[in-house]
Amino acid sequence: MYQSSIPQRGHLPVAPRGESPVSVIGAGIAGAWQALLFAQAGHPVTLHERSDQAMMLSTSHWAGGMLAPYCESEVAEPIISRLGLRALDLWRRELPDTPFNGSLVVAHARDRGDFERFAKRTSGHRRLDARGLAELEPSLEGRFRDALFFADEGHVEPRRVLPKLHERIVAAGGTIKFNSEPGPDDIEGIVIDCRGLSARDTQSELRGVKGELILIETDEVKLARPVRLIHPRWPLYVIPREDNLFMLGATSIEAEDTGVSVRSALELLGAAYAVHPAFAEARIVEFGSGLRPAFPDNLPRICIANNRISVNGLYRHGFLIAPTLAELTLAYVDQGRIDNEVMQCV
Amino acid sequence: MLKLYDREFTSRLLVGSALYPSPAIMQGAIRASGAEIVTVSLRRESAGGKTGDAFWSLIRELGVTVLPNTAGCRSVREAVTTAKLARELFATSWIKLEVIADNDTLQPDVVGLVEAADILIKDGFDVFPYCTEDLSVALRLVDAGCKVVMPWAAPIGSAKGIINPDALKLLRDRLPDITLVVDAGLGAPSHAAQALELGYDAVLLNTAIAKAADPIAMATAFRGGVEAGRAAYQAGLMEARDFASPSTPVVGTPFWHAVS
Repeated sequence: MYQSSIPQRGHLPVAPRGESPVSVIGAGIAGAWQALLFAQAGHPVTLHERSDQAMMLSTSHWAGGMLAPYCESEVAEPIISRLGLRALDLWRRELPDTPFNGSLVVAHARDRGDFERFAKRTSGHRRLDARGLAELEPSLEGRFRDALFFADEGHVEPRRVLPKLHERIVAAGGTIKFNSEPGPDDIEGIVIDCRGLSARDTQSELRGVKGELILIETDEVKLARPVRLIHPRWPLYVIPREDNLFMLGATSIEAEDTGVSVRSALELLGAAYAVHPAFAEARIVEFGSGLRPAFPDNLPRICIANNRISVNGLYRHGFLIAPTLAELTLAYVDQGRIDNEVMQCV
Repeated sequence: MLKLYDREFTSRLLVGSALYPSPAIMQGAIRASGAEIVTVSLRRESAGGKTGDAFWSLIRELGVTVLPNTAGCRSVREAVTTAKLARELFATSWIKLEVIADNDTLQPDVVGLVEAADILIKDGFDVFPYCTEDLSVALRLVDAGCKVVMPWAAPIGSAKGIINPDALKLLRDRLPDITLVVDAGLGAPSHAAQALELGYDAVLLNTAIAKAADPIAMATAFRGGVEAGRAAYQAGLMEARDFASPSTPVVGTPFWHAVS
């Protein structure tokens, strides 16, 4: 159980439930979880989203949806693992059909050194030999000498799971307004600002980190779980989606332009081909890119200024940590609990 | 002082800006390293120079001298174009010149390197060429006008350390007036120390710090390695010899100790 919130003396609940309306701005993964937990706790919640229901303007639309706290611990700070591990429980609780089939890490023979380094720096895995791998993923028979299996990890399909979360918000009594883009100061009551990179007007330290992805379709390869291929610069995944689709992603580039470069496309498609040559015959369905909102330390922040709360900087960990950030925000509003690791009070 | 073209620096450690877990850790590591010069890659990390202002401003905040590089370029023309782009973007005549020959080893294309260096120097650039330890190539680069030559220790990112110390020694002996920087392939602070002990003026590295479990602590360690190596070089290292040489006189040693 995740427990880093310590009730602080002198902190009173901001809004005992039901007394003050709560507006969440941004219906991407951060805002959706905030709206859901606040609505379930009995607050009158309105969720504003500048996109229409297709959510094309949201970074979450372009996310991989990995729930991989163990793999991420390779480079991420321990706080990401802790928020992520708690979030796995919340995902299971709210969406019990979330697939938790684990994830696999494999490497090309030339990246052997990086593979061993990855194994050393992460926990929660066991090593499979070629036979063990084939038993788990028959499509990968004979492809790799060994693999790391992270049995407790999961993944969601962002474009399917966001509408599900939105439905649950409405079911819990919340209201969602699409094509609605109020500023945080235009609204009365408690405002939870989950605008991502658009919140730069108030949080100048935010920067965008570009992530590129490719969607491909083939019925020649079947995978039950995401496969991560060791790459010298980026965590590259082949993530199975419904309808014979696979998402290849994602790069991580310090740039704020859009679109997919040829170099990135070669690397992403090369990763798929390295996982299985049959991907060479797959059909390319979509190229896409999103800008992840990040602070200089690449860690999330909940910034509190009276009844204005901003939740931002989820970087490449949005789907992994958003549920826990919502839980922490709710604990602050309902009980005055401060989490010293992610909260900043102005 | 470390002399690089018409400028002088105190620190003999040059570091890269790629592959860190976060920009904040990058900043911490660069500060801890004491480096005054930071390389930035135009192609590999930044989508053709379109890197976000936010990232550049984090580098500028450090108050370091930026050495742009042409990492990832595979032809003379590509390297020259990237160098010109870097000159505009960073308002500097400095360029770390990389022309890569081989995808697996990231080995420099030394023929293309000499050609590109010649073009860029005639165009007013101060070229920092990344080359192998081959003497003939280094001589060609110096002929072209390079005042700094940067041979590898081992392939980029391999962390193997100096795999051909004899060739690096030969370069030092034959190019006494050229600033020599060991660039790429260093994995441990002891490797950096060894380069400085050989009389090299500085080392340049990225992966060994950025990919360490604790990049900031590793940056501090490399700083120590470089300082130790330089101090040892200046103090005058003794030559290796084939047989033991006692550090205390044996004359007068009781025979039951002298003959054991």
